[in-house]
Amino acid sequence: MVAGIGIAISVQIFVGLLINSLQQSLVDSTMGRSPHITITSSVDDVTIRRWENMVDDIEKIAPVEVVSVSASGNAFARRGSTSKPVLVRGFDFETADRIYNISDSIYKGSPYQLRSEVIVGKDLSEELELDIGDRLTVSTPGGTDSALTVSGLYDLGASSINKTWLITKLETARKMFGFGSRVTSIEVTVSDLFRADIVANKLEKALDNNNIKVENWKEQNQQLLRGLEGQRISSAIIQAIILVSVIVAISSVLSISVLQKTRHIGILKAMGIKDRDAGLIFLYQGFLIGLVGSLLGIALGLSLVYAFVALTTVEGQPPLFELRIQYDFILRSWLIALFSAILAAIVPARNSLKLSPVDVIRER
Amino acid sequence: MGSIIELRNVDKTYAGAIDAQALFGVDLSFEEGSCSSIMGESGSGKSTLLNIMGTLDVPTRGEVFINGQRTDTMGKNRLAELRNETIGFVFQYHYLLPEFTAIENALIPYLIKSGKVDKEILERAEDLFDMMGISNVKNNAAARMSGGQQQRTAIVRALINNPRILLADEPTGNLDSRITERVCKNFREINERFGTTFVVVTHNSEVAKHTDRVVKIQDGRIEADI
Repeated sequence: MVAGIGIAISVQIFVGLLINSLQQSLVDSTMGRSPHITITSSVDDVTIRRWENMVDDIEKIAPVEVVSVSASGNAFARRGSTSKPVLVRGFDFETADRIYNISDSIYKGSPYQLRSEVIVGKDLSEELELDIGDRLTVSTPGGTDSALTVSGLYDLGASSINKTWLITKLETARKMFGFGSRVTSIEVTVSDLFRADIVANKLEKALDNNNIKVENWKEQNQQLLRGLEGQRISSAIIQAIILVSVIVAISSVLSISVLQKTRHIGILKAMGIKDRDAGLIFLYQGFLIGLVGSLLGIALGLSLVYAFVALTTVEGQPPLFELRIQYDFILRSWLIALFSAILAAIVPARNSLKLSPVDVIRER
Repeated sequence: MGSIIELRNVDKTYAGAIDAQALFGVDLSFEEGSCSSIMGESGSGKSTLLNIMGTLDVPTRGEVFINGQRTDTMGKNRLAELRNETIGFVFQYHYLLPEFTAIENALIPYLIKSGKVDKEILERAEDLFDMMGISNVKNNAAARMSGGQQQRTAIVRALINNPRILLADEPTGNLDSRITERVCKNFREINERFGTTFVVVTHNSEVAKHTDRVVKIQDGRIEADI
């Protein structure tokens, strides 16, 4: 009985933790290295004016993690006879690094220090056969040519970025595109990325500026969100079914127990036990079965999850996903299981109330 | 001495497809400290009578007084308390809880009453086990005793709260004649030593011989009261 509940709860914990961890990993790998909210210009020259005030305001309006500005523009990068379209991204390295984690992605060389330095993505460096110290020319649609030196090579994990982004100093990009002191985007991350849309709406209202557009990752990733939502619902359904089966199992076992103990309950009543106390016996029993069963289940479920991660991890490679033990999820599951066990005991407890000692004695 | 049990004009009908009337206008009382038996054929209504006296069952009509208190109109919880403190039961089957030892079983009514066991009650329990001659098995599991030992453990259990009334329904029905004799002597001893009012339902005249008064019942009516 206790083992049955233990197994059911362990499946719940296993499925729940696995799906939640997978979901988190998926979101992190998709969204972890990009801004959650992006503010861009809606005017023709694509630049944002008085952005310094806006950055200050954003930090006051909402609890954001990082606010980074960027001056970006399309250009062509040329080396020798090869020319490739690129997106020049001018960042303040320290702040941008907190969003994109650029410093950890540089696998060769070092971050740009001088205005003439640039870091190049893995794919682009291969296409243009660039290495540290090599020079390349960047031509803007406006007709400006700039000579830059490669200070480092990065791999941000997405080939679309590795292929097109040329990352350099904010000033370098501004000068190249003639942005003056303006920027083209303000990029924001928030602590709970699932609340990005709420924060974005709040910012849009508070900034109240017709010259800007506020977008959040949720608008841009509807597909991913739908996938996650589907996963979340199926996980919830599985957990609900498990819960129902736990309730039914406890309830039926206790009901059988009431039948088996009919004579004992009858004689206890003849000896003067009150109906309420007789009923409480079954509630206690339900509580104890639930308590032991759910604790057993949590232990078993956690072992299963760890075993799963251990078995699916190939030596020398990163794990399939990062396991996150969500204590609030475990606590919630535990409390629900315990509550269900007591709930399941109510029916048998009520049945025991109806037992009359004389029925038991006359049956004999 | 006054009546400790009094039944006034008690009818009992069991409702069913065909209503079966088990008792017809029974008037009966027992004095405090008396030792009586109720005899009758099976189906005569003697067990029904005992269950009504013991407040386990309610009469269809009539009044029941235990210790001067009217019980047929009492609530379930009040009745439970009354039974726990005033009435001890011994049935044909012992109904010991198999998970517990003999002495634990015997202490259950006290536990229901006070919620804990103290030294005094343990001494009383041991005393009663001595008196029943089963001290040697008091720590045995209830299931690991002979029928006679189990029945005498049930008697200790019935007496643990020092009830003023002991009601026994065919207490020796499952016992051989040697043990029956022994149990009857025990009942007599209890009656004399503690002044417990004792009523036994039986169809065994050997058992009835140990009592001072014999009430004969037939077809739900009192036929003789000797």
